[in-house]
Amino acid sequence: MNMRIAACITVLASLSLSPPVMAKTITVAAGANAQEQLQEALIMAESGDVIALAAGRYVLSDGLSLDVNKVTVQGAGAKDTILDFTGQQGAGEGLLVTSDDVVLRDFAVENSKGDGIKSKGADRIVYHHLRVEWTGGPKETNGAYGIYPVESQDVLIDSVIVRGASDAGIYVGQSRNIIVRDSIAIENVAGIEIENSFDADVHDNIATRNTGGILVFDLPNLPQTGGHNVRIFENIVTDNMTPNFAPKGNIVANVPTGTGIMVMANKNVHVFDNVIGDNGTTNVMVVGYRFPQNDARYDPYPSGVALWDNQHLRAGWDPKFPGGTQIAAALGGNFPSVFWDGAGGADKAPLVADSVMALSLGLTVLGADPSTAKPEPLKPATTRPAALPAIVIPASMEAAVQ
Amino acid sequence: MRLFLSALALLSAAVSGTAAQQTAVSQAAILSEGAPATLSSFGFFNGSVDRPAPELIPYALRTPLFSDYAEKQRFIFLPKNAAITVEAGEGRLAFPVGTAIIKSFGYSDAKGSYKPIETRVLLHQTQGWIALPYVWRADGIEADLRMGGTRVSVSFKTPSGTAQDIHYAVPNKNQCKQCHASAGVIAPIGPRLANMEFAKTADKKRLLSSAIMPAGNIIQWPKWDDPKSGPLADRATAYLRINCGHCHNTSGSASNSGLYFDGMDHGPANAGINKRPVAAGRGAGDFDFVIKPGDPARSILIYRMKSLDPGVAMPELGRSTVHVEGVRLLEEWIKVMKAG
Repeated sequence: MNMRIAACITVLASLSLSPPVMAKTITVAAGANAQEQLQEALIMAESGDVIALAAGRYVLSDGLSLDVNKVTVQGAGAKDTILDFTGQQGAGEGLLVTSDDVVLRDFAVENSKGDGIKSKGADRIVYHHLRVEWTGGPKETNGAYGIYPVESQDVLIDSVIVRGASDAGIYVGQSRNIIVRDSIAIENVAGIEIENSFDADVHDNIATRNTGGILVFDLPNLPQTGGHNVRIFENIVTDNMTPNFAPKGNIVANVPTGTGIMVMANKNVHVFDNVIGDNGTTNVMVVGYRFPQNDARYDPYPSGVALWDNQHLRAGWDPKFPGGTQIAAALGGNFPSVFWDGAGGADKAPLVADSVMALSLGLTVLGADPSTAKPEPLKPATTRPAALPAIVIPASMEAAVQ
Repeated sequence: MRLFLSALALLSAAVSGTAAQQTAVSQAAILSEGAPATLSSFGFFNGSVDRPAPELIPYALRTPLFSDYAEKQRFIFLPKNAAITVEAGEGRLAFPVGTAIIKSFGYSDAKGSYKPIETRVLLHQTQGWIALPYVWRADGIEADLRMGGTRVSVSFKTPSGTAQDIHYAVPNKNQCKQCHASAGVIAPIGPRLANMEFAKTADKKRLLSSAIMPAGNIIQWPKWDDPKSGPLADRATAYLRINCGHCHNTSGSASNSGLYFDGMDHGPANAGINKRPVAAGRGAGDFDFVIKPGDPARSILIYRMKSLDPGVAMPELGRSTVHVEGVRLLEEWIKVMKAG
């Protein structure tokens, strides 16, 4: 019934536009020729169409791609419609989307060789009720990113589950105006990562049993740099103790096992009302970008980071941060629940209002050796920064997940 | 029965061959927005791939894109009474509406005869360029449109004599665009005079007879595999430009990587030198830099070129074998590259 109403609305909506194209539903079923049939459906679709993927396991030999605006790809459920890339022979991802106003919902992507679902330059994309999974659990040979929107304006990731990514489960890169909510990231290297992006809300997610739960990074030498304005709130970020299984050259290979939330070189990151704990290295880590680089546009220091009203469970009993064991010993055996590397000095210090031990390592200079750390407690913050505005996405995107 | 049919096919091929001068390329098919289901609708070939229509102008590339050692045959069809414009610098050709660029991919069999697998056409229509893949039938006299791409089992020997059995990938329509699009708009990649060659001077003359030429000379690029044609670094960068630069540029499908091989000067980090693999995922392997001067074995570029794992391999499309000779060229280049 809901479906029918939705279809009527789609038709009405398309009638109100010119040229008047009648939206249609193209149904695809699993079967011997799934690769070519599904790919041809994705190519022949017209703006406004729904590609309905019937329940079943689609055994695919190559990556799929969609390049038509305003198409919905809808399965029969994340348990029932499975795009199986176990035998994939080519392409860097399972499904690639390069068009605007696309809705992906109610299906699963399994065992893609590269990324699970990537959308590039795809504005107003909606990911809803999806499962992206490497079914063998954490392995270095799993694909890099599960759900991977990049270079996009307006991104909604709602009610997805990602498991087993050898980089980040949910990764939003070089984008603007982003919501990641009501989702689960489990057994990835990084659970959820917001990178070189502007304006993001990450809320009501569960990030558990990853190496690091939620990461907010800014990195040099990329077209969009200067990541800022990210709110992380009302998430559960616990037990991120899966040993780091990223290939060594990977940037997230540097994430210490047992990290709850990690902020690197980003501006204005507000972390509040989360439950964070059972993370062996630390619950919240704020650090500079410590590798040599010479990108004139790039600021390697984090600033404007603030924490308040988070509930902290235990942390820091097994720090995997370089020099962490020595620091823990000096502190009576435990690494602090919150720490800042000290990058850039006092002006850049995070405001920590949570009632847990927070430490500065005093490594003001980025090139400093961690063994030269001069740990000292961070004073509890008595002020809070001006609130960042809540992210609002276009109504059409919210309507797509109702 | 089968014998009879193939005899008939031969006969009809021979007939159409003798009638070659009468069959013309269909300008209407090139301009038609509905993609024809069969390649013969265009009239590019008189019955088989070895009988190109006389209007087609053959050309080759000095440094070509590697495509699993496939042998490529390239042609340009120009509409009547329409001129091309040659841009300054590398001599990129700006083609009039109605142009078609036709590229066949195939392998020579044990007897040395060329067996086409697919023919890709780029059609310059009123709305812009479109790219369509056609796959040859076993009879070699017709090819069918395969929007969704396909894989074809092929056995062949590489130039160094290694036997290969691969599932050759015919790209789907979107994958054509993945390489051919700049800022979302499809355009030809190959036809730049700096990288073009003609077996017959007459063909070059035919192509450029009414062309609008730029002021100044167009300097030919080196041939990647001919040391006499240019120094090592120039041959290596030409190879990267042709094999990587169509995606790795600021408007291409790898723009987000910040890694550019488009022949422009973006500074050393964006050319890969001591550049960390920000978003390469597991494509980085165990290595820290895209190009580590002096150390090809620890350069991600080489690692990815040597890999056949779809999650690691570069280029992402059209490669099921390692281009041993190309890897060797880039290894030599990185090996002698000075640090800093």
